[in-house]
Amino acid sequence: MFTLLQIELFKIFKRPRTYISFAAIAAMILIIQLGLKFDGKSYLQLLMSGISDSFYVPYDMILNGYLVAFVILNTLLIQVPLLIALVAGDVIAGEANMGTLRLLVTKPVSRTELMLAKYAASVVYTVLLLIWMALLALFLSMLFFGTNDMLIARNDSMEQISKNDILWRYIAAFGYAAVALSTVAALAFLLSVFAENSIGPIVSTISVVVVLTILSEMKIPLYDNTVKPYLFTSHMLAWKGFFYSKANSDGQAIRGSVENLPAILRSLGILLSYIVLFVSSAIIVFRKKDILS
Amino acid sequence: MMKRKFFLLIFSGCLSAIAFAQDAGSLLQKVRDKLNKVNDYEATGRMKTNVSFLKVPEADVKVYFKKPDNLRIKNEKGISLVPKGAVSISLNNLLKGNYTALDAGSDVIDGRKIKIIKLLPVDENADIVLSTFYVDESRLLVLKAKTTTRESGSYEVEMNYGKYADYALPDKMVFTFNTKDYKLPKGITFDYDDGSKKKTENNVNSNKGRVEISYSAYIINKGLPDSVFK
Repeated sequence: MFTLLQIELFKIFKRPRTYISFAAIAAMILIIQLGLKFDGKSYLQLLMSGISDSFYVPYDMILNGYLVAFVILNTLLIQVPLLIALVAGDVIAGEANMGTLRLLVTKPVSRTELMLAKYAASVVYTVLLLIWMALLALFLSMLFFGTNDMLIARNDSMEQISKNDILWRYIAAFGYAAVALSTVAALAFLLSVFAENSIGPIVSTISVVVVLTILSEMKIPLYDNTVKPYLFTSHMLAWKGFFYSKANSDGQAIRGSVENLPAILRSLGILLSYIVLFVSSAIIVFRKKDILS
Repeated sequence: MMKRKFFLLIFSGCLSAIAFAQDAGSLLQKVRDKLNKVNDYEATGRMKTNVSFLKVPEADVKVYFKKPDNLRIKNEKGISLVPKGAVSISLNNLLKGNYTALDAGSDVIDGRKIKIIKLLPVDENADIVLSTFYVDESRLLVLKAKTTTRESGSYEVEMNYGKYADYALPDKMVFTFNTKDYKLPKGITFDYDDGSKKKTENNVNSNKGRVEISYSAYIINKGLPDSVFK
């Protein structure tokens, strides 16, 4: 199994297109960092407009590496699924297109093992992309902007996290994001089984993610309690939950606490269920598939 | 005869009003003299902020003061959002300038006899419209001050005194102020909706904020550089 995984990883990282995602992420992060370095105050003034009338807002202290990383993740974790689809949608369909799939299944490994190795390779790629993102978004921002307490603007409130209470939240958030993006990889992987070239599953995955994200973000009562709780895109933003603290009876944030951990774990469970559903469906379809390409 | 009695009554009424006014004024002067004993201080304290839309941890702060009215609250280890009024509506600020002091009666707080004094600014365009001081006559300490401003609503400061009472410096200060509604569009925040029940209507609409600073130590009249206030 490990040898299979190594072979699949070799195939993924041999293709130049794999590195497009790494380059795109680096470019987007640097653009955001540069923008915030030169005009971060305007952005903060917009975020802090609700409190700047009543409070002195130390903009220069608020604009620190932790906040910049949060802003980057806020922006990128909506776009990154598209980059994941680029590779995960290609793992089966790409081989079908090149005509190597039939050759591959003649090898003395079960189709299930082959599929698991291919999905595992997509997950490794996803995790590596996230580590790359963490290095640039978090550690480079900490280097450029320094560190301090982090202020997060929510729809109806503002959260402050002490600087010595932040790093573990980022680790948890990146861990959660890995599962969320692996769900997208699983969807692209499933769609890849049905196609003979990689364009179809890549575009289909992007379309599904975009449509479902719009549905998840819209505040329409008809969808709120019927469809939304079951869409995987509704649970992809739950990484933010790690940055929301509990408050004590005096309204003070409690260090080291998470406002609604059960909700995050529930969302995590839903995403893992989707992964199991997508991957097992892909395996079932692939096992029964008559491979002609 | 009747007419003479009437004038005497009016005259004595006016005299007593002036006497009361002078009484309130002289009491405030004594309070001000006591406050003036402090040229500068550096205080160490712990700040708690309780505002319906803010969730912040308790913070260790340093409070710096230098005559005539420089006040700075700093969080040495992180960020503290300090209400604007907490700095501009300090006692030294309220007691400076021209005003008319009126005796508004007496009260008893925590078993102590309190004089209530209202301050009306002489300048009609001043931002502060009215201040009410609750002064402990025996110790010459302001226990509470309520201020109504033209632009920023009303403020209230309550002070408890202990070992620094001789310098009119409180061990604990509670500052209550008005806040505006806070709301940002979801398109900006991309807030995560965990499906839990949101805050009650009362909490969301609460437009009063409260900041409490408990002071643990003061360094008084040891000199402070102006750079601290920049």
